[in-house]
Amino acid sequence: MTLSLSPSRRWPSAGQTFDTIGAWLLALLWVAPLMFAIWASLRPSGAALGFGDVGFTLDNYRNAWNAAPWLTYFANTLMLVSFTLVGQFVLCTLAGYAFARFAFPGRDVLFVVILMQLFILPEVLIVENYAMIARLSLFDSIAGMGLPYIASAFGIFLLRQAFKSVPIELEEAARIEGCGWLGVLWRVYVPAARPVYLAYALVSVATHWNNFLWPLIVTNSPDRRPLTVGLSLFGAPESGVDIAIVSAATVMVIAPLLIAFLIFQRQFIQGFLRAGIK
Amino acid sequence: MEQLASYHRRRQALYGWMLVSPALILLTLFAFSPTIATLWASLHSRGTIRHPSAFSGWDNYANLIADPSFATVVGNNLLYAGVTIPASITIALAMALWANAKIPLRGFVRGAFFTPTMLPMIAAANIWLFFYTPGLGVIDAITGLFGLPPVNWLGQPQTALWAVIVVTVWKEAGFFMIFYLAALQTIPPDLREAAAVEGAGRITYTRRILLPLLMPTTAFIFINALINSVKLIDHLFILTKGGPNNASKLVLYWVWEMAFAYFDAPRAAAMTVMVLLVLGLIAVFQFRVLDRRIHYR
Repeated sequence: MTLSLSPSRRWPSAGQTFDTIGAWLLALLWVAPLMFAIWASLRPSGAALGFGDVGFTLDNYRNAWNAAPWLTYFANTLMLVSFTLVGQFVLCTLAGYAFARFAFPGRDVLFVVILMQLFILPEVLIVENYAMIARLSLFDSIAGMGLPYIASAFGIFLLRQAFKSVPIELEEAARIEGCGWLGVLWRVYVPAARPVYLAYALVSVATHWNNFLWPLIVTNSPDRRPLTVGLSLFGAPESGVDIAIVSAATVMVIAPLLIAFLIFQRQFIQGFLRAGIK
Repeated sequence: MEQLASYHRRRQALYGWMLVSPALILLTLFAFSPTIATLWASLHSRGTIRHPSAFSGWDNYANLIADPSFATVVGNNLLYAGVTIPASITIALAMALWANAKIPLRGFVRGAFFTPTMLPMIAAANIWLFFYTPGLGVIDAITGLFGLPPVNWLGQPQTALWAVIVVTVWKEAGFFMIFYLAALQTIPPDLREAAAVEGAGRITYTRRILLPLLMPTTAFIFINALINSVKLIDHLFILTKGGPNNASKLVLYWVWEMAFAYFDAPRAAAMTVMVLLVLGLIAVFQFRVLDRRIHYR
């Protein structure tokens, strides 16, 4: 075995060389658009797309920052993301716990009904959800943007699976020590499912940080807009901003999530994986 | 004893329902009742001050289907799905095989593939706009080197939808890659050695062993890609707004336009019902055909 492996270790085979070159080329192709945006954002206005020797500048960032209330947009996105995540955690934990550990009549039917929401996408129901938000007088508010996503069938499903895999002996031990059902949930199930919470949180934050269509529909004042809606208005061709400045604004908007991703690459990818695999 | 057991059962039922009720209320408000309201609205005429909304049967559907835009938009969406799904699945598989191989700079390669997933669709569209801008964009700069004339990629009907498709594939392939990556890591390396001993080359190994083992993952990704082909429309707002002349308009964008630009809610509702029907069929297909081992226990 060692004999047959040693030549390939010293000399990369044709297959390996092909793999390496193919992978690198595809990787370069895949980051190229982003690299171009960063490049353009650092070039003097008017020279954004050239490679001429005109040096680099941060003017585009300064101009972009001054042209729109980005700080408000950032704050709104942060509030939207936290509101949604906290709401999802609370509701999905309670429902997941019920489906995992309580025998109540109608449970199985109800579970299938809830799973249907995986296919009735909130994106598709924009018209009637808009009417609902208006009826609840939540138009142009953080709650209006987040509420339709809080009872997530996906979150309920994930947490139910996680709670079901907790050994029942742990619950019994906690009960003997005097924990009620809420105490058991808080002391036994929630800590045991911590990796699932982390994974779900990563996916939820990335999804809602990037969500656009629904926030566009239920907001109409600059004070309430999240980053994505702000960016879409900023970049609109009819507003006549030049490419370098739009690049700077785009890079600014994606920077926080991108930097977080570069730092926590492993956890992020693992998070997406755990949340995606049912 | 009997009494204690029944007390216990009743308490379980009470707590169970209590715990699910917050989620159930919100799902009712934002998923179930809107679905029924959409169906209801699709069967009624658009109300005006003179003529209040009245039951109109299938009129909205008939009008919608008779509209020439309907065939265009549905056709666009079928093409969009028919191209983005196989393209992103194939690229995702290649990415995963490479990101799993022992190559130098593997961390960079994985990161590069996955990065577009982290971007908002709006930002991705802004970035690609520079590529497509006629005369100024990156693509024209490159083709110009070969003496080719500038092309208005987003402005002409033959290329607009394709330009949108490229952005979608770029955005979602890296996301699908990680599912393949996870599946690949569960395949024991002995299989490859055994295949090599039997004389199977790289291509045979990939075709006869790897692809069949990855089938469940492919099915899962397929469903996700299918749903995305309905859902991913944000970039249209930046790139083409559905134009020119409906050439790149997709169904959900059309729904948005009917409801929020032309204020024709009944027609939007009729279109929404059709989308929901398709999604329902996808759900049935997933649960019945692909996922027979689904965990309802």
